[in-house]
Order: sequence, then structure tokens, then C-alpha cells
Amino acid sequence: MSDTQTARPVSTLALPLAALGAGLIFGLGLVISDMINPAKVLNFLDVAGTWDPSLAFVMGGAMGVTALGYRLILPRGKPLFAGSFSLPTARQLDPRLIGGAALFGAGWGLAGFCPGPALSAAALGMGEVYIFLIAMLAGMGGWRWLVK
Amino acid sequence: MDAVTPFTPVSALIGGALIGLSAVWLMAANGRIAGISGITGGLIGPAVPDRLWRLAFVAGLIAAPLIVMLAAGPVEISIQAGPLTLIAAGLLVGAGTQMGSGCTSGHGVCGLSLFSPRSLASVAVFMAAGAATVFVTRHLIA
Repeated sequence: MSDTQTARPVSTLALPLAALGAGLIFGLGLVISDMINPAKVLNFLDVAGTWDPSLAFVMGGAMGVTALGYRLILPRGKPLFAGSFSLPTARQLDPRLIGGAALFGAGWGLAGFCPGPALSAAALGMGEVYIFLIAMLAGMGGWRWLVK
Repeated sequence: MDAVTPFTPVSALIGGALIGLSAVWLMAANGRIAGISGITGGLIGPAVPDRLWRLAFVAGLIAAPLIVMLAAGPVEISIQAGPLTLIAAGLLVGAGTQMGSGCTSGHGVCGLSLFSPRSLASVAVFMAAGAATVFVTRHLIA
């Protein structure tokens, strides 16, 4: 996939450095929006209780920028540091997509963590975060091991 | 237990815009979808040739709160789940995101911005499942 992308002489450090920057900005967004806080996420999901609609505004802000940015970038044909855009090619709504989303949603509603905020929260030094992260990585690895 | 959190539309929009900026930059620079479960899953699956940028992204994600703490003081979060719930939740989130090819970032932010029908279905299902789970745990068996 990506090992054919190094045909032109871009520094091999460009991809990781660009990704580091992207991770930093993403994490900053999670902290500023307080999406790193599971209580905030659970209250968004608690429509019948202590509802906090903030998460919808995070999604709205993120999607507004992303939809606009993608429209400007994708017509350029290729990214700065790689040979091509890696875009998802699957189109069908299969049981795996729906079943996976249902399992993910259930886990998200149990603890209030999805993968991004949980990884960012690793910086806070709380035991609960590490318990969740170890289980999450085990779940990821377990599924990949089962399927491959 | 279910403590109120204040509705914060302005910081939500600003933080969201930063997440969008990150997604746009990762596509513009590396040609990649900013999907955290996909980026992370690629680190623990069978050998892949592109581990370095994935590790770098995750490192940035973890470094961000550290920088905020150094610059502006403590970042405080509230985790209400106990250890067993955290383990169950982690397993479900881990397996579910790999099975369903994405999470809040990949399907949510990036997929919806590409108007992907798969992402729209995924977001509808995980939002509904999340809300249903919270309804059960907070209002039915609490």
C-alpha cells in the first residue's frame, strides 16, 4: 500500500512529522472541547437525564472544517508527502459494519471513552484510563487476530 | 453519580474546528483519514510497513494534554465507571471499532465529511447504541 509511495525523494521523516503535528492538533481539540472527559460524553448520550449537547457542537465544528478542507484538497490529486490519497473503498452496508458500530456504541456508552480521548487521557496518569486502554488494545488485537 | 456538565458551545466549536483542522492536515500531508481506531489498530495488527507515522500520531495525541497542563494548569476529567465496567467497555470499543472499521473520528468526522453512506449508518448505530446503553445503566438499573 504505502511502500510504493516513496518513489520520489521526500524525506522519510515527513510522514511521521506530519502525523505528529496532526495528533497534537487533534489532542488539543479534544482537551479544549473537553471531549477528553468521559462525563461530558456520557451526558451527551444521556438524553433522558443530565443532557449536555456540547458533543454535537464538537462534531459540527469538526465536520464543517473537514468537509470544506477535503473539498479543497482532494481535487489536487495527491497529498504532499505520499503518492496518493488513501480513501476507503468499501461501499456496502454489511452486518460487520452495523454489528461493529453497535458493539462500539455499547462500549462507548458504558465508560464514555472512544479511542481518541482514551489515548489522549493516557497523559493524565489515571489508573482507570490505563485499564480501559489495555482492554481496548486487547479488543483491537483480538478482533484482528480472529479475522486474519 | 451522573454529575451535570455545563453546556459549552463555544469551546466545543473551537475544539471541534481543531479536530477538523487535524483531519484536513493529515489528508493534505499524508493522504490519510484521521480515524483513531484505524490508525491505532494498524499498530497492533500483523506487520504493516507504515508503523512510524501511526506511532507519531498517537504520540501527538498523548502529548497534547501534557502541553496544555504545562501551559495552562491541570486537565481534569471525571471517570464514573468502575474497573470491571472499564474492562468490558474497552473490549467492546476495541473489537467493535475494528469490526466496524471506524469510530467517532473515522466514521464520524471524516466519513460524514466525505458523505459516506457507510459512515452515516455507522454513526447512527453507535450513537443509538451509546444512548441506549446510558439509558439502561443510568435510568433502568441505576
